[in-house]
Amino acid sequence: MPAVSKGDGMRGLAVFISDIRNCKSKEAEIKRINKELANIRSKFKGDKALDGYSKKKYVCKLLFIFLLGHDIDFGHMEAVNLLSSNKYTEKQIGYLFISVLVNSNSELIRLINNAIKNDLSSRNPTFMCLALHCIANVGSREMAEAFASEIPRILVAGDTMDSVKQSAALCLLRLYKTSPDLVLMGEWTSRVVHLLNDQHMGVVTAAISLITCLSMKNPDEFKTCVSLAVSRLSRIVSSASTDLQDYTYYFVPAPWLSCKLLRLLQCYPPPEDGAVKGRLVECLETILNKAQEPPKSKKVQHSNAKNAILFEAISLIIHYDSEPNLLVRACNQLGQFLQHRETNLRYLALESMCTLASSEFSHEAVKTHIETVINALKTERDVSVRQRAADLLYAMCDRSNAKQIVAEMLSYLETADYSIREEMVLKVAILAEKYAVDYSWYVDTILNLIRIAGDYVSEEVWYRVIQIVINRDDVQGYAAKTVFEALQAPACHENMVKVGGYILGEFGNLIAGDPRSSPLVQFNLLHSKFHLCSVPTRALLLSAYIKFINLFPETKATIQEVLRCDSQIRNSDVELQQRAVEYLKLSSIASTDVLATVLEEMPPFPERESSILAKLKKKKGPGAVSVTELEDSKREGGELNGGGDRGSDTASTPSPSADLLGIRSAAPIGAAPASAGSLLVDVFSEAGSAFSPFLSLFLLISFHTMAKSLPPCPCIVCVWMAFPSFFFFFSFFVFTSMVPFPICSHPLSCGLSAPPSEDPAPPLSEADELLNKFVCKNNGVLFENQLLQIGIKSEYRQNLGRMYLFFGNKTSVQFASFTTTVSCPGELQSHILLLNVQTKPVEPLVEGGAQIQQVLNIECLTDFSEAPLLNIKFRYGGALQNLTLKLPVTINKFFQPTEMASHDFFQRWKQLSQPQQEAQKIFKANHSMDTEVLKAKLLGLGTALLDNVDPNPENYVCAGVIQTKSQQVGCLLRLEPNAQAQMYRLTLRCSKDSVSKRLCELLAEQF
Amino acid sequence: MQFMLLFSRQGKLRLQKWYVPLSDKEKKKITRELVQTVLARKPKMCSFLEWRDLKIVYKRYASLYFCCAIEDQDNELITLEIIHRYVELLDKYFGSVCELDIIFNFEKAYFILDEFLLGGEAQETSKKNVLKAIEQADLLQESLVVFHSVCFFLILIFS
Repeated sequence: MPAVSKGDGMRGLAVFISDIRNCKSKEAEIKRINKELANIRSKFKGDKALDGYSKKKYVCKLLFIFLLGHDIDFGHMEAVNLLSSNKYTEKQIGYLFISVLVNSNSELIRLINNAIKNDLSSRNPTFMCLALHCIANVGSREMAEAFASEIPRILVAGDTMDSVKQSAALCLLRLYKTSPDLVLMGEWTSRVVHLLNDQHMGVVTAAISLITCLSMKNPDEFKTCVSLAVSRLSRIVSSASTDLQDYTYYFVPAPWLSCKLLRLLQCYPPPEDGAVKGRLVECLETILNKAQEPPKSKKVQHSNAKNAILFEAISLIIHYDSEPNLLVRACNQLGQFLQHRETNLRYLALESMCTLASSEFSHEAVKTHIETVINALKTERDVSVRQRAADLLYAMCDRSNAKQIVAEMLSYLETADYSIREEMVLKVAILAEKYAVDYSWYVDTILNLIRIAGDYVSEEVWYRVIQIVINRDDVQGYAAKTVFEALQAPACHENMVKVGGYILGEFGNLIAGDPRSSPLVQFNLLHSKFHLCSVPTRALLLSAYIKFINLFPETKATIQEVLRCDSQIRNSDVELQQRAVEYLKLSSIASTDVLATVLEEMPPFPERESSILAKLKKKKGPGAVSVTELEDSKREGGELNGGGDRGSDTASTPSPSADLLGIRSAAPIGAAPASAGSLLVDVFSEAGSAFSPFLSLFLLISFHTMAKSLPPCPCIVCVWMAFPSFFFFFSFFVFTSMVPFPICSHPLSCGLSAPPSEDPAPPLSEADELLNKFVCKNNGVLFENQLLQIGIKSEYRQNLGRMYLFFGNKTSVQFASFTTTVSCPGELQSHILLLNVQTKPVEPLVEGGAQIQQVLNIECLTDFSEAPLLNIKFRYGGALQNLTLKLPVTINKFFQPTEMASHDFFQRWKQLSQPQQEAQKIFKANHSMDTEVLKAKLLGLGTALLDNVDPNPENYVCAGVIQTKSQQVGCLLRLEPNAQAQMYRLTLRCSKDSVSKRLCELLAEQF
Repeated sequence: MQFMLLFSRQGKLRLQKWYVPLSDKEKKKITRELVQTVLARKPKMCSFLEWRDLKIVYKRYASLYFCCAIEDQDNELITLEIIHRYVELLDKYFGSVCELDIIFNFEKAYFILDEFLLGGEAQETSKKNVLKAIEQADLLQESLVVFHSVCFFLILIFS
């Protein structure tokens, strides 16, 4: 046991701690602890009242046990008792226990608050401080409610002791952080600000933390602190190292306070008052000067304290970004630190220079250190320092040094730490794209990336290279040649195969003239990699093959042979099998014309924000890259990437933005709901089309054609006839089986991120009525007013559905900013995804008299009652039209009819005999009671209409199974018409009660 | 500052101070993760690292690691000196402090820390003033110890 010089009075505690330390095993320790807990429990429960000392000792033991990592569920009462003790030492332990172990037991909080209140009003400074410490340590809302109004009074009262003021200031800060609404400074503001002038340095040190935090939130109210802070800073900076006595730390006067003053000033723009500003600039110069003076001590504490101030001053200089002279001096100072022997300083210098690099005044000065930084990247022994160096290289990169920096980063990647590889890859990819002067360099760089660090090349990176190659025809031939060469390597990364497959599938023809890369050679090269690849890559390669058939008819036989072999056409993976089967069929049935249309070259991608950049931002957290990135691209973007050369033939691209990064260009309005909500969706939307371009193209064509000419033109009809199921499932697969990369997914949960302009209107009053029209039918006009007509065609299979919405502009004027959003109100409450509805954005412009089409893919995840809402917004002659309808998606759409005999029916009917499984309704007929009409309606419902089941031939019985992703719900229905009374009795029995109820409601409106 | 942890080279937590509300489970997870990360670093490496969205500043004194988590805009070097000042305070109070002092007198370590830092910010940076506050408390305590010894003595006599 150590010789404790002071204070200790608790021998029992020391013995217990020793015992624990002597335990040889975890088990022994737990045993000893349990013994002690039992002992303490019995002491606390015992009849004999414990004296304060014992209570303190046991509470202390409990605390120790808790700090060892064990749970403590008693002793709080005893601790609260200690709080009210008059003995300081007991009170102190009581407070410590509460601070460490408080729980939200409201009963207890009240007692604690009571004790705190007593101590605060005791006027005993030691007790007051204890109480304030406790509030600051716990900082709960209950405490804020109880004390937030009292503490400012204590803080500014003239007769409060300094030590109490210090505690009060920081206590208030803590309460402000937890419950800003409860801490109202109001009348105290100016007196709090004037604490900056306090005689006592400790009070200033404590108060400035509070003032800084308050200033960040209410800069205007605390504006006066600027001049006070400047004069305080100036006094400290110009003081001799001994002036401040104990507040001088290793010959540095008041380093903590200085840092905080400089930090406070960073909440404000440069002072407007010339005198104040002059004084501040003087301070900053003095601080920079001092950095050049020889150190007053060799101790690291001295240099740390001094440099802490220096770095804070540099932060302020960067924050002001208005004094070129100071910026350049700061940069030079940091440059010295880049080669300092202290690792800490090198680290901080690299970090700080990163922000300097974004200032136009110092960007050039930062660039002069490029060699040192590259050297740091290569030689630093600490990965976190190398990371900083990589960050700085990224930040200082511009057109003049991009090639050097990218080359250095690439070569560093070969040996880089695993932890930072992915980020490095992203950075290289971004720089390569951003500063690409010629795109062959860009393609080389990315392929090198894949070669060197293929595992770390995320999908965004290779999607991006494909997007760029697709969008720029000047680089396509080069890209094809380069990937072809890269694929020659005996072992190449799977990502390379993906890029290779895609690019050769699209542009293999550009190099096919060379006998060394003839079509068959290309195909054999790709196919040689096939068996080593994962399923998604193989799927992509299969798509490349079908593209080959179109590009090079001479490869058709070979490729068909490959598709036909059992390992493809009978592959156990359903995805691969399906592709093989369908591609084979497509290649043998479709005429060359159809093939050429369907497998046409990919259209250019819409220009959007680089998905890679989005990813980096996400990785770094919001704000990390944003400002500098934006400004950079503003400065560099346009003229460099100048994609204008393709301007003429990209007329179909929604936004003809010049720069490929497309940061400035808003996403096409049709996609706005997605991109406004989160970048991620946007990224995926591109990802989707990159992932399976041919398929989406496929759809694109069929839908385009349909949209243009309804009814569909004969050619398409023919294709549709030939592959009815093919088209349905095939296109479905594109949307749904690739859930991670939907073409543009608006899962219902995203409905929240609605268009920016205005909230969706509430559903129309007649929305329910409109919905009811569609319960028993799938096609028709959903809605019509003077401007707009909305038609619907839908089809359902199992738990999947596909709905085509046709929006017709009935006027002769263009609709602008046309957007649609699907959302589901029920889900927002329950947070459970009931239906998964995916939509493809629509064209934002609907010409007068034109019709556009939108496809929705619907997946029923579980049973639901609320229909999804369809919100439509557009501008008609400047006025925003906003209307919301219910989409006629009702639970019965997912019915599978079930045929059964009378015997089976009644047996099942009896099985579903629980009262809640049945729903019944007797209602008056609203429509004709004609038998044929009724039958048609019941069939339209989706169930099987069973004959010869009900003994009464007048009655109708139906059976069906509702298919949802999570379960199947069996449903039986009986409809008993009473022609005389013009009434019906409808009875439903389902294996799920909510379904019975919902179906009953829906159907009662139908007859 | 968001929290401060003291742990030994063996990874045993000796002191923990949290200035942000977190659940016990979260605290344990953070502690485990950080202790592992910091112990894995080599002696010459720099004292700062990025961790989640925080900056970690740590320093080793003999067998103990002092580790602080600060926010993005906070100053790393001055935090390093916060740690040092705390060590100085402990050292002055215990008289060349060692890990055992902190184990056996953990409550004292907490009291000193509360006098120095409150709510994660420096309350009093003067060594003298902090120690004065602690000593005043000890004076109260000392008189009490005497009192208890007397009691103990009396009990011995009379039993």
